[in-house]
Amino acid sequence: MSDMTMTASGDGAQEALTFHVIDDRHPENGTLLGFWLYLMSDCLVFACLFATYGVLGREYAGGPSAKEVLELPIVAVNTTLLLLSSITYGFAVLEMQVNRRGPMMAWLIVTWLLGAGFITLELTEFAHLVSIGAGPQRSAFLSSFFTLVGTHGLHVTCGLIWMIVLLVQVGKKGLTHANKRRLMCLSMFWHFLDVVWVGVFSFVYLMGVLS
Amino acid sequence: MTFQHPDLTKLLFGRLTLDAIPYHEPILIVTFIGVAIGAAAVLGLITYYRKWGYLWHEWFTSVDHKKIGIMYIVLALVMLLRGFADALMMRAQQAVAFGPHEGYLPAEHYDQIFTAHGTIMIFFVAMPFITGLINFVMPLQIGSRDVAFPFLNNFSYWMTVAGAILVMASLFIGSFARTGWLAYPPLSEIATSPDSGVDYWIWGLQIAGVGTTLSGINMIATIVKMRAPGMTMMKMPIFTWTALCANVLIVAAFPVLTATLALLTLDRYAGTHFFTNDLGGNYMMYVNLIWVWGHPEVYILVLPAFGVFSEVTSTFSRKRLFGYASMVYATVVITVLSYLVWLHHFFTMGSGASVNSFFGITTMIISIPTGAKIFNWMFTMYRGRIVFDVPMLWVVAFIVTFAIGGMTGVLLAVPPADFALHNSLFLIAHFHNVIIGGVLFGMFAGVNYWFPKAFGFRLDAFWGKVSFWFWVVGFYFAFMPLYLLGLMGVTRRLRHFDDPSLQIWFEIAAFGAVLILIGIAAMIVQIAVSIMRRDQLRDGSGDIWHGRTLEWSTSSPPPPYNFAFTPVVHDVDTWWQMKQHHWRRPVQGFLPIHMPKNTGTGVYLAVLSFIFGFAMVWYMWLLAAVSFVAVLAVGIHHTFNYNRDYYITADEVSRVEAARVGA
Amino acid sequence: MSEHATPHDHDDGHHEGAHDGVDAIHVTLKGYLTGFTAAAFLTILPFWLVMSGAFSKTGPADAFILLLAAVQIVVHMVYFLHLNAKSEGGWNMLALIFTIVLVVITLSGSIWVMYHLNQNMMPSMMKNVQNLP
Repeated sequence: MSDMTMTASGDGAQEALTFHVIDDRHPENGTLLGFWLYLMSDCLVFACLFATYGVLGREYAGGPSAKEVLELPIVAVNTTLLLLSSITYGFAVLEMQVNRRGPMMAWLIVTWLLGAGFITLELTEFAHLVSIGAGPQRSAFLSSFFTLVGTHGLHVTCGLIWMIVLLVQVGKKGLTHANKRRLMCLSMFWHFLDVVWVGVFSFVYLMGVLS
Repeated sequence: MTFQHPDLTKLLFGRLTLDAIPYHEPILIVTFIGVAIGAAAVLGLITYYRKWGYLWHEWFTSVDHKKIGIMYIVLALVMLLRGFADALMMRAQQAVAFGPHEGYLPAEHYDQIFTAHGTIMIFFVAMPFITGLINFVMPLQIGSRDVAFPFLNNFSYWMTVAGAILVMASLFIGSFARTGWLAYPPLSEIATSPDSGVDYWIWGLQIAGVGTTLSGINMIATIVKMRAPGMTMMKMPIFTWTALCANVLIVAAFPVLTATLALLTLDRYAGTHFFTNDLGGNYMMYVNLIWVWGHPEVYILVLPAFGVFSEVTSTFSRKRLFGYASMVYATVVITVLSYLVWLHHFFTMGSGASVNSFFGITTMIISIPTGAKIFNWMFTMYRGRIVFDVPMLWVVAFIVTFAIGGMTGVLLAVPPADFALHNSLFLIAHFHNVIIGGVLFGMFAGVNYWFPKAFGFRLDAFWGKVSFWFWVVGFYFAFMPLYLLGLMGVTRRLRHFDDPSLQIWFEIAAFGAVLILIGIAAMIVQIAVSIMRRDQLRDGSGDIWHGRTLEWSTSSPPPPYNFAFTPVVHDVDTWWQMKQHHWRRPVQGFLPIHMPKNTGTGVYLAVLSFIFGFAMVWYMWLLAAVSFVAVLAVGIHHTFNYNRDYYITADEVSRVEAARVGA
Repeated sequence: MSEHATPHDHDDGHHEGAHDGVDAIHVTLKGYLTGFTAAAFLTILPFWLVMSGAFSKTGPADAFILLLAAVQIVVHMVYFLHLNAKSEGGWNMLALIFTIVLVVITLSGSIWVMYHLNQNMMPSMMKNVQNLP
């Protein structure tokens, strides 16, 4: 490795300054920061949907109201499933950190099942609402409800697809650095979705039932 | 085309029929013939010279930020021609359509033209221009070899292209939106705009928007993570600072556009009621949300231009930038404040005195940091040894022009004044004043400044000056009359007038547009002449302007890996300091350099996205579903490719570095 | 350092993992269990309060529910997302704070603006004003 140091000629007492170094330069990997930034942008998408719900959420247009349509028992179960899935993902990450691939994949599968349960319940809730004439076309309230909750569900579904892809990739290649990075990104994604859900069940369901 | 099973036709072609092709519109037929001939010529030449392989391997699949930056700017310049053609048509119509003369453009065509003009200029000229410039320059300025996510960079570019092609397709298949460039509901709702126009607008922007948002994340991660050792935040070049803030705004603002367009899409496709007139919809919410995006958007456009001006001013004044720290603070303050002014775009929608005053005051406050910047540029020039080469000419024109535009902005910021001037030609004059005087002049300065770095020879100065004078004089002839017309009460987007006393002003404005046309032609000549005379215009040293920042330490053009060594930074004007210390670049001892591989996946994903967008516009549900699944499949397949990089050998590096003559 | 003339799968870890920050995130079982318990409590409490009918007036009830939600979000951020002022050199925290400021501006700004817009519309729209939460 050569290391060039030049002193300033004719400038009197100047310290020697290094202007370059020849090394095997690998700048810090930006994936985790980049993914965090993406999550921040997703936060803003949800902020818009929350704002829209905030403005239009009581526009019943003579149709079903929030109190009539929102069923807390289902939401309580869903919230439990999602919160449990957050901790099972945490267990998966703990196994990942000590490089135990088998247990990690097992916890990931449990997480997947809990997430799939969440989506299934949510879809039945939506189907039921549509069947009683409370679909997204009925009023601005219902449009914003379905869109906010549905967008969250769409994100969870994407997470489930991603989980399957990662399970296959970890199965094939093992817990390489790239795969660990991906698992951490999915972890951030999954927890972020739980954060959004806290907002949803508070702002939409709990406040809606009280209105 | 008749099938025996009409259901099959509908399944395959949705609502697309032969009627969508505008046979009856002579202007479009002529345009199509022109485009077809031009395209045939270009494609024919590429085929004749057997350049497809070269283009694919060296450019389209490249993940090199320098090449992607150049491709962005090429896109911007091509779309500038389209957007400017729209402008010429509008000027021509408005100059003649008085009293009994209806002009040559029927309303339903004219309305598409002003919508397309705004949409294209903002999304497919200005945005790609700044993205391209940041892409090319910033990694070089921070001493890095590429951006944080090179593949994502390539993908972002092609998604922008896909969006542009979708908008261009509306010329010949169907029609474009007639709603103005922001497509306000309720006009843009399905009931009142049932045809393909608004849908082309929506999907073009959404697809391009994916590219833009990802690019924003990419650039921020690059600046945060990949600066050379010693380059603290307050030692970054000022252009890099403005690039950082602009990209922060991109990541913070574009999600709002995405969400708002998605809600409009749901209204149009799924019968929801976000912005409809009935069942609880509130279209004022759209206006509100779209401007929460829209105001930061204009700062996204102008901040990089400010960065260009800072670099050019200090280089061509042979002086360190005056007030570096205050420039940084001003940029950051503008970034934050740009989120607190959005309502000034709809003072007249009726939010009342308290709301209007709040936003009026914040709007006036945001002009202060910009004013500080102008003083800093002038103080940089003061007592400098100024060289009035082409980039510096653009800087001076900017300072004068943008100051005027800024002042009219502060005038509009006063709500009672805005009540008279909103949606008048005064408004149109103001925003063209700041966007052309600020953003476009900045981009022209940047292109002239960094062109020699990118291509190894400079742009011809004579034709640069010709284009400069025609642009600047043309701008003033084209837009100063609009201020007068606006003060006299003339509304925007009109295609016909009854008051003959106004006509002279429109004629002057049309004359200005013709001068600008000559300016654009001169730019094309400039590029052609520069290529032909490139040997005389050659830059061998890599430092043609005696620059101050790191990009000027590389050869012109830089090698693929940018730097054979890792720069170590001590000062803001790093390269200037290196030169003062008589630094010599290393010529031996190189190590292999780790580089990312080219890939075609970005192109494939963008093509599939384009197909998806087109299918959605025309209700071709089967094709939409298939292309959507294909996008997911190709994307997931790409993640199974772990083999994405290679090494440039030390010998190769030595060879390239040794071949560099001059510095 | 040896030269590599051929492309190879760069997943063998000798460069990649060292700088990507994955190992810098310190995950513990205790951390997760603490977070889970807190989150569970902060979920069960509002659900129980609403479902049992303990809340009669919506105003303070709404504020309390949102307060609990805010606290739970912080719990998630700290215990599940491992947010701290040092991760990624402080940039994660900075990005989060910036985002939160923007979210607050967008949410409160939109509701404030829309409230006034609706209020100033023709009387037939007056019901919109009462319908904001």
